[in-house]
Amino acid sequence: MSAPLIRVDHLRCGYGERIVLDEVSFEVSAGEVLALLGGSGCGKSTLMKHMIGLYEPMAGSVEIGGDDLASASGDLRERILRRFGVMYQSGALFGSMSVLDNVRLPLESFSDLDAAAIELVARLKLRLVGLEDFAGFLPSELSGGMQKRAAIARAMALDPAILFLDEPSAGLDPVTSAGLDALIRRLAQSQGMTIVVVTHELTSINAIADRAVMLDREAKGIIAIGTPAELARNEDIRVQRFFLREADTP
Amino acid sequence: MDNAATLAPSPADSGTDYTLSGELDLAAASQLWPQARLLPDTTRIDARGVNRCDGAGAALLFDLARRGVHISGLDPALQHLIDALEPDKPLAGALPPSKQPLITRLGQWAQEWIADLTEQITFIGAASSALAGLVRRPRDLRWRDFLTQCELTGANALPIVALISFLIGVILSFQSALPLRQFGAEIFVANLLGLSLIREMGPLITAILLAGRTGAAFAAEIGTMKVNEEINALVTFGFDPIRFLVLPRLLAGLLMAPLLTVCAEVIGLAAGALVLEGFGIPFRTFVHQVTSFTDLHDLLGGLFKAAIFGLEVAAIGCLRGLSTGAGASAVGSSTTRAVVQTLVILVVTDGVLAVIYYQLGI
Repeated sequence: MSAPLIRVDHLRCGYGERIVLDEVSFEVSAGEVLALLGGSGCGKSTLMKHMIGLYEPMAGSVEIGGDDLASASGDLRERILRRFGVMYQSGALFGSMSVLDNVRLPLESFSDLDAAAIELVARLKLRLVGLEDFAGFLPSELSGGMQKRAAIARAMALDPAILFLDEPSAGLDPVTSAGLDALIRRLAQSQGMTIVVVTHELTSINAIADRAVMLDREAKGIIAIGTPAELARNEDIRVQRFFLREADTP
Repeated sequence: MDNAATLAPSPADSGTDYTLSGELDLAAASQLWPQARLLPDTTRIDARGVNRCDGAGAALLFDLARRGVHISGLDPALQHLIDALEPDKPLAGALPPSKQPLITRLGQWAQEWIADLTEQITFIGAASSALAGLVRRPRDLRWRDFLTQCELTGANALPIVALISFLIGVILSFQSALPLRQFGAEIFVANLLGLSLIREMGPLITAILLAGRTGAAFAAEIGTMKVNEEINALVTFGFDPIRFLVLPRLLAGLLMAPLLTVCAEVIGLAAGALVLEGFGIPFRTFVHQVTSFTDLHDLLGGLFKAAIFGLEVAAIGCLRGLSTGAGASAVGSSTTRAVVQTLVILVVTDGVLAVIYYQLGI
């Protein structure tokens, strides 16, 4: 196992006074696909937002490539931010720009490539996610699945070492969702990316994740961690319920 | 960057023209791309020394490969990256130019203008029909929404209306009192202020403030609802968006604009009275001058004008909100259009009403 690229150490996070997660610790190795899973409201997206530095932890730390994002500022923070790309749950594409321009924007702002090279790199990113023929479309003209693929292409624009994906399959039909899973797996293999994916889709977890961290709302933390197969065999009733898709109320 | 990729001529007996080695990442690709572009298409590159390559590096190799440059010795793991880009498949053509020829743009503009006009006429028809229906069945109005809109449009706008009208009253009276004092005619400032505020300035200033504050808010709120598909949700529930969203706002605009205008006029006149006190004209004289120079027709004419202005502000705000396109930028564009269009319509309406009042002898 290679050195950890992300280290979450005794993290406590929440909103205002409300603690959502406490004493969360785990590591993600380079090249690994890690799924953050759990039921609705367990803090998956909150954890991811702390990992990407959108929120400051109440306690503990998140290190990306050995650097603490929350305490970093100036050039160091810029450098840490370049290490990862994020696909938000809604895609969060810039609605006034074409799909190609969405991918081109970070390259124009943060690379020294000339215009022709930027055009080529951006088009190849779209080719990778199967959207080359939709380069000139506005995000509103794309389907939900296409928007998510475009958002992945944008997140990959600067070839970050890590890709954070927030609920990539949410709201998609099973076929589109499976296509997106295959894309994520292909990217992890061909580009050697480390991927942290927030999901509650069992099919996705089995299809893409090397390991999974399972969170629980009541426990306010991790209740299981391991490969999808290990989690499926876990004897904790809360994990079993999740994997058997059982409701926890009578 | 310790091991950035370099592109150097190969030794004479190596069988290749150039040797590419090192880490071919985004930064290295940015450096090497101009050099690589100058290479002839028949160049042979030995890429055995490339020990890392990211997406931008792969794009550079893709660019070379599609020109016919022969790249050999690439690590199989890195070759996988290039293969994922399907180098044999030609790239899609360039996007059509964003700037169309003049004649096409004129055609598009005319088409949009006609569509916009149609939308406005449809809206006016639907809103009028809903208003007429309300007269027959007042229970159709969502009264709670109406009261909320009255509070937002009227009570919440009062501080800014009061501030601006006070300042207008002070400025108008002070600036006109100075020259009139030379002729000993500063007492007529009360006449000037009373007539201009009650007939013109009061309704117009209130309407302009409402356009910037309330009309823009209507457009942004309804526009965001459109983007979030809340309007679609209303329609599928069987609610008419005109009755549900537009009517309470239209009526709030119609009712609150005259009330705010009265406040604006009273505060503006009080400010004028305060200034004239400084010029030695007592408050009672000021009131006498104003009441003797203006009559009920002036007041009612101004309030009718204010009601029309309020209706226009609300209607245009709602119309622009309902015609919002997709995306966040569309909401901004709708809000801007609502304010600009309202200001233009206000001035035009003011002119038309001035002519009508003149013809009626008001």
